[in-house]
Amino acid sequence: MSAATEPAASPTAAIGTTPSLDVRGLDFAYPDGTPALHGVDLRIDPGERVALLGPNGAGKTTLVLQLNGILAPTEGSVAVGGLPVAKPHLQEVRRRVGIVFQDPDDQLFMPTVREDVAFGPANFGVRGDELTARVAAALDAVGMAEHADRSPLHLSGGQRRRVALATVLSCDPEILVLDEPSSNLDPVARRELAEVLLGLDRTLLMVTHDLPYALQLCPRSVVVDNGRVVADGPTRELLADTEMLRAHRLELPFGFTLA
Amino acid sequence: MGAGHSHPLHLPGASVVHRLPAEVKIVAAFLTVLCVVATPREAFWAFGGYLLLLAAVWVAARIPPGWMARRALIEAPFVVLAILLPFTGPDPRFDWAGMSLSHAGVLGAWNILAKGTLGVLTSLTLAATTPMRDLLLGLQRLRAPALVLTIATLMLRYADVIAGEARRMRLARIARGHDPRFLWQAGATARGIGSLFVRSYERGERVHLAMLSRGWTGTMPTTGTAAAARTQWLAALAVPAVAAALAVTGLMTT
Repeated sequence: MSAATEPAASPTAAIGTTPSLDVRGLDFAYPDGTPALHGVDLRIDPGERVALLGPNGAGKTTLVLQLNGILAPTEGSVAVGGLPVAKPHLQEVRRRVGIVFQDPDDQLFMPTVREDVAFGPANFGVRGDELTARVAAALDAVGMAEHADRSPLHLSGGQRRRVALATVLSCDPEILVLDEPSSNLDPVARRELAEVLLGLDRTLLMVTHDLPYALQLCPRSVVVDNGRVVADGPTRELLADTEMLRAHRLELPFGFTLA
Repeated sequence: MGAGHSHPLHLPGASVVHRLPAEVKIVAAFLTVLCVVATPREAFWAFGGYLLLLAAVWVAARIPPGWMARRALIEAPFVVLAILLPFTGPDPRFDWAGMSLSHAGVLGAWNILAKGTLGVLTSLTLAATTPMRDLLLGLQRLRAPALVLTIATLMLRYADVIAGEARRMRLARIARGHDPRFLWQAGATARGIGSLFVRSYERGERVHLAMLSRGWTGTMPTTGTAAAARTQWLAALAVPAVAAALAVTGLMTT
């Protein structure tokens, strides 16, 4: 294993700040007894962009669903911006954790883009002019303002992905969680999404197999395998560790090398 | 496909009728159909009156009669039953053009045909002048059950997604040489429908997760919209008012 198991110093990390995400000793097994996560520790400070890497079935998506209380840990705790993830304030936790799911068709379920972007904040009690302003700002941030009245059905894959991002941006989350954001995107859409994400200036946790994308967007990476955190460090260093990558069924695409 | 979510029954426009709020039009269409159904079948002239009334709405909404007529063909399968009635109805019978027809059967067929056609035409007029989304919002403002509206809203979005999935699965079957011409070759299609069902069910679960993640608590948030003005109600209800006058006259004269 690499030497990169100690957390990397993030540019914004400072002693005493409340972390955006604080996962401690998280254990989880599915109701049928299948173990999924073992003693996961993960601290993400405000403003950090972190990639969550790992092979299929490593427990990445299970971990994501713990973050907003859709799944509850068997052991351990999760806190978002200092607020523990627990029943009494699930609604506030779900506002703070903005999850963008892998398939935009699962996320975008309303007849028009505008209504979909308004769905989250309306659930969290935002109404009237404030709601209109939130929707406009979120669509602006992803460059989709002129498509507000269209059906998601008539958008391209990249546009749908950006609208899906807008649907959680409008909730003003503490941390953005993206599940495989680059899957099924053509190279241009992929670059456009990266530009949008880099321009957001928000705390970001990105689940992905796409190692070059992780390198482009996230200074820090966490590798998960078999439900455990097996590496945590600067993305460039982790991706240069071919031994470690190979041990966890990860590899850079053909033609890529990192010295 | 163009912008927005056009459906084949909607004729985009900006006429007076198009601009009326959906809930007003839904109520007007519903009342009009009630009047049509309540009219005695022997009051033949009244049905002519209803048709004229609808024609007046089409003129106001700038809907070409041919456009309407083509879409009214949806009624055809239901009319087949009506055509059989004159031959199968009870005595007394009379001879016409060499055929023995039942008196009650002819009247019954006319009843189904006239009321069915007027009902279809009224619904088509509502659909032509109101986008699907507005229809749902109108029903919401009329306090239709929330669960029904949620289901309808999701259908509006996912009917096309599922149809797209079915299309891709069909293409993949054809690409592998599947060419069902006979009933006994339909097995693969049937299994395709089965797996489409399972996939849609799984998608339903993923959509639910995504909705929960954005704070869904079981009811659609109502994003307050202005109520319809009194003048709009008056304008739209003029149509069922005329229809009611026709129905009442029909009832009194037969």
